[in-house]
Amino acid sequence: MATYDTLFQALGLKDWCDSSASSAPMSMSDLVSKSSGDGAEQQTSLWNTPFPSLDTLNDACPAMPQSRAVTKGLEEGFLNIKDSLKVVLDPATQPLSWMLDGALYAMLSTPWWLVIPAILMIVWAVSRSAGLVAFVAVSFGGLAFIDQYDYAIQTLSIILVCAFLCVLIGVPIGILMSRSNGLRRAIIPVLDMLQTLPPFVYLIPLIFLFSVTESKLFGIAIILYAIVPVVRLTDLGIRLVDKDVIEAADAFGMSRHQKLFGVQIPLALPNIMAGVNQTIMMSLAMVVIASLVSAPGLGVLVLRGIRNLELGVGLVAGLGIVLLAVILDRVTKAALARINTTHQH
Amino acid sequence: MTDQNETPETRVSLKQLYKIFGDDPETAMEHVRNGLSKADLLDQHNHVLGLNDINIDIPDGKMTVIMGLSGSGKSTLIRHLNLLIRPTDGEIEVDGENILNYSEAQLRTLRQQKMSMVFQKFGLLPHRTVLENAGMPLAVRGFSKSEWAEQARKWLNRVGLDGQENQHPNQLSGGMQQRVGLARALTSNAPIMLMDEAFSALDPLIRTDMQNLLLELQEELQKTVVFITHDLDEALKLADKLVILKDGFIVQQGEPQRILLEPADAYVEEFITDINRARVLRVRSVMRTGADPKSSSGRVEAIGADDTLESALAKAKGDTSVCFKVERGGKVVGQLDMTDLVRALVPSAPPEDGNTARKVA
Repeated sequence: MATYDTLFQALGLKDWCDSSASSAPMSMSDLVSKSSGDGAEQQTSLWNTPFPSLDTLNDACPAMPQSRAVTKGLEEGFLNIKDSLKVVLDPATQPLSWMLDGALYAMLSTPWWLVIPAILMIVWAVSRSAGLVAFVAVSFGGLAFIDQYDYAIQTLSIILVCAFLCVLIGVPIGILMSRSNGLRRAIIPVLDMLQTLPPFVYLIPLIFLFSVTESKLFGIAIILYAIVPVVRLTDLGIRLVDKDVIEAADAFGMSRHQKLFGVQIPLALPNIMAGVNQTIMMSLAMVVIASLVSAPGLGVLVLRGIRNLELGVGLVAGLGIVLLAVILDRVTKAALARINTTHQH
Repeated sequence: MTDQNETPETRVSLKQLYKIFGDDPETAMEHVRNGLSKADLLDQHNHVLGLNDINIDIPDGKMTVIMGLSGSGKSTLIRHLNLLIRPTDGEIEVDGENILNYSEAQLRTLRQQKMSMVFQKFGLLPHRTVLENAGMPLAVRGFSKSEWAEQARKWLNRVGLDGQENQHPNQLSGGMQQRVGLARALTSNAPIMLMDEAFSALDPLIRTDMQNLLLELQEELQKTVVFITHDLDEALKLADKLVILKDGFIVQQGEPQRILLEPADAYVEEFITDINRARVLRVRSVMRTGADPKSSSGRVEAIGADDTLESALAKAKGDTSVCFKVERGGKVVGQLDMTDLVRALVPSAPPEDGNTARKVA
């Protein structure tokens, strides 16, 4: 006899319970209690009354489903829609694979004496800071000197592709959110979920959907994780644009289009760039975790350090990631500072 | 009064305009039609009656000043003229067309070509240069850069900002920023100019400069200006027509001199008690028309019809027996003796102990 027997009796459901005795396999605890052989009835005190969970109710009435049916149902449901989902998602995300593979191939097959100067030139173009260029030169030189160059470049190209796509998708979403309160209310919970979901959890459904050999697997994980700040800050930036300026734009008969590109986006640019900075930092965080699903780069070395307890390898790769993070942060912040000064002129 | 110029055409006409702020203005409007007061509407239905039965005819080519204290609805009112705010009920006619029926595209055209606006907080685009800001109204209409830059430069020079074209607005002082705002409104070449407390944020001296600049420009351009202010001195200085607003309804409107000489109620009276009447009242408003100056006891002095009483007093040099012959364009149009002049300087209903009127406010 189980605790909630009387409940089902009182509700007059005893027949229903017995009629459809579940054929579910026994749970481990059932087996243990059975093998321990004390089939004797234990009188549970009020103090020990278990919560009426599915498993407890199942004890009293075999017709009730067990808790594992929930996880099992979710899994089966996902597997059922998986094939039809793939029909849509596979072609839609294929360009992502091409972009990632292409970027990795291009960056690795170009000789280092072209790639490093090109990176330095880009840094100079965005930041106009000789100190920063020198710092980047020393960092890349150092990484290359201890043979981490290939890994660092792989990580960097993945981040650049994913951050670019985040901006490409995230900025328009942010703009739409800033225009419609309804859409904003609908999207914010999704953003909250994407932001709070532990990074590992992104990988689980993706593993089922795509093969681990495809680059888009980690590409999607990184984009989903990193897109949130740029969406949020685009929305915020446009909403924060001075109402007086918007009113003046309206009073002189600007169209929505003129207002968006002539006033709102330029004035929201500092906030949008802050979002891009955050997005790049978050893709860096995710690219390390994504090495679990075959994302190449420094994360692979970190993973090797953990798996094989190779302390040195893990630490060196970790420091390399820190260097990359500092470089990306400083460069985007320098670009942001330049935008801010042109605005405050 | 004696200001019998030809009545100018009406350019913009507001008819029975109501604006109610709240969740359900339509229902609240019913209550107002049934005679609910502003206070009761707020108490019982939690709606704010912003504008209450506004009827104004804004004359073409003149400066109409709408004056009221803060909260009187004057900024709400001016935003109705280009429909930045839509009324709850009523009609707004511009050149005979009810603009409430306009489509979005028509409304944009109206804002681009017929009305320009100058804002209290300037509303300049901080990321663009002074030249780009001033040329914005034409750039919006699709003019090429060379076209709008030429116009913008012309008007920037006219408001005294030559050489500042490549600055950004934040590099300029408040007064200069408002000059950019004024240049922007002028560049649009719109016949109607809306000015929302345009000079209220400026220092007194700069404000006087800007007022003089505006009067000078108005002399030359004859635009239809609607000017909002809370400052009676400014209102009297600029107004061809003065509208006094209180709690969303019009207390009195008309020629400023007339309002000064014949205030409609205690509220207006209280407003004008602190005014230096000698500086504001003009000879034409208080003179006797027609009659030749009687060559009685005293001196006879000539004076212009548009001169202030202050300048008449200066001309009298303390002689109370002097008699003025009032001239306009070389012709004698009336006469003014010191008794009339002094009578006009006395407020129409002087508060007995100086406190009663103030308590009303």
